[in-house]
Amino acid sequence: MTTTTEPATTTPAAPATIATGRLPMARLTLVELRKLADTRAGFWLLVVIGLATAGTSAIILGWSADQEMTFEGFFAFGLLPSAVLLPVLGVLSVTSEWSQRTALSTFTLVPTRGRVLIAKVTAGVLIAVAATVATAALSAVANVLGRALGGDGAWHLDASLLWQGLLLQVIFVLMGIGFGALLLSTPLAIVLYFALPMVWTILGEMIKGLHTAAGWLDLNVTTAPLSEADMTGNEYARLAVAAAVWVLVPLVAGTVRVLRREVT
Amino acid sequence: MITVENLTKRYGAQRAVDDVSFTCEPGTVTGFLGPNGAGKSTTMRMICGLTPPTSGSATVSGVPYRRLGNPGRHVGVLLDASAQHAGRTGRETLALAAMTMGLDTARVPERLARVGLNATAGKRRVRAYSLGMRQRLGLAYAMLGDPAVLILDEPANGLDPEGIFWMRGLLREFADRGGTVLLSSHLLREVEAVADRLVMIGGGRILTQGDKDVLLGAGGTVVRPEDPAAFDALLRRLDLTGSRSADGTVLVQSEPAPIARAAAATGVVLLEVRPAGVGGLEEMFLRLTGTTDPTEVTR
Repeated sequence: MTTTTEPATTTPAAPATIATGRLPMARLTLVELRKLADTRAGFWLLVVIGLATAGTSAIILGWSADQEMTFEGFFAFGLLPSAVLLPVLGVLSVTSEWSQRTALSTFTLVPTRGRVLIAKVTAGVLIAVAATVATAALSAVANVLGRALGGDGAWHLDASLLWQGLLLQVIFVLMGIGFGALLLSTPLAIVLYFALPMVWTILGEMIKGLHTAAGWLDLNVTTAPLSEADMTGNEYARLAVAAAVWVLVPLVAGTVRVLRREVT
Repeated sequence: MITVENLTKRYGAQRAVDDVSFTCEPGTVTGFLGPNGAGKSTTMRMICGLTPPTSGSATVSGVPYRRLGNPGRHVGVLLDASAQHAGRTGRETLALAAMTMGLDTARVPERLARVGLNATAGKRRVRAYSLGMRQRLGLAYAMLGDPAVLILDEPANGLDPEGIFWMRGLLREFADRGGTVLLSSHLLREVEAVADRLVMIGGGRILTQGDKDVLLGAGGTVVRPEDPAAFDALLRRLDLTGSRSADGTVLVQSEPAPIARAAAATGVVLLEVRPAGVGGLEEMFLRLTGTTDPTEVTR
């Protein structure tokens, strides 16, 4: 820090013209996207996701049978790291506002808190799209390498797998944002995000009476068909119900909490 | 222009802020004074729409804060210098604010320099900032959108004497250009040098408010008489009481003018007559806020 403390030629007091227009949603979304990557935690999380995705390709190239080295194979496995770690970024995007207390400055610049949350959700969807596209690109590179190493190298990818892969990413990112908004505490939200569905899956498998319920309400079970081409209507219905419980409910309840909570 | 009308905030049975009203006019610096836990921060958070009031209302430039379209262009707010992401650089913190307000981020380095943060400091993460540097960053953040109104909660906290002097100049100049400043502090002397108006709060209630000079005058008059005995007789005739200090001066609870006139009329020689000023105000401040039981201070 320097001590250039000249009694500065400072801010002229602007005429008090009160713009009634709201801040454009696109701008708020851009700000939220930037906030995902401009902190040390966010930046390294994205780096780790990138490296881990590359790692999945490396694993297939190094240890899989030749006929498994296809574009589809690389893509399906490559989605795994971002599906697991992007939701953590979603959690952080909300909880860090409270743990780092930036909510104070965020909401003084944008007092309509609901719009900030919408921007966060949009940013989350966009980062999920970006992750899916990046995974596809990385898989293409890996497939070219695989061909050179004597792999199958087939380029066929069922279009439904692309959309379903994207849906998987979006669902988990939004679930992360929902858990973050509902709990407003980074450690609590991350732990519960991973632990609760796992506990539910274990219970669903152990307790006979829960089998049917788990088929509709266990997100781990209902998202499994997303990795198979051409999901059926029934499978989509089950996924929709589970997503409503695990994504929509936390998002709505979390929004209510953020709107009401006093910012200190 | 800030208008606060009958703001009240209750937490359970406790009234953190109780029927607080005041206005801050353009071209003035208003000092918002009170001990810790008096309700200053809660009042400021209610003005900024961060805390919903139990009753009452507040407007900035005639509009409730939450209805301001792009608040950062009208009001600069610094409520807590530590409330910035520790993992973000100073420059990034301002860049995000500039983006949000729809401003060119190119102005950021220059704004950092204005508050005494050079390029190296701007590239460091806020985690590594001292409290003084965070206050400077906070001031740059508040003034980034060239607002007409500034709301600052204890901005001098953590600043060195030079920094406090610099900040006073900054705020004075801002007000002289027609800006409105609301500035809180628990230290009277810190605010006294820059404020035009004072609002004193204790236990959630307004204790006194008004022009600084009037309030300072209300602190009493310091008189140095040539003949103490003659002056005592004069005070008795005026039905006033004075308290004598070791340095030979007498503090009288009155305006200077009536004492000087009475002394001239009766031929009592006075070597010095002046408003008790900040000393008297401080005494009043302690007297007014002294009734608050310190054990009830919650923040």
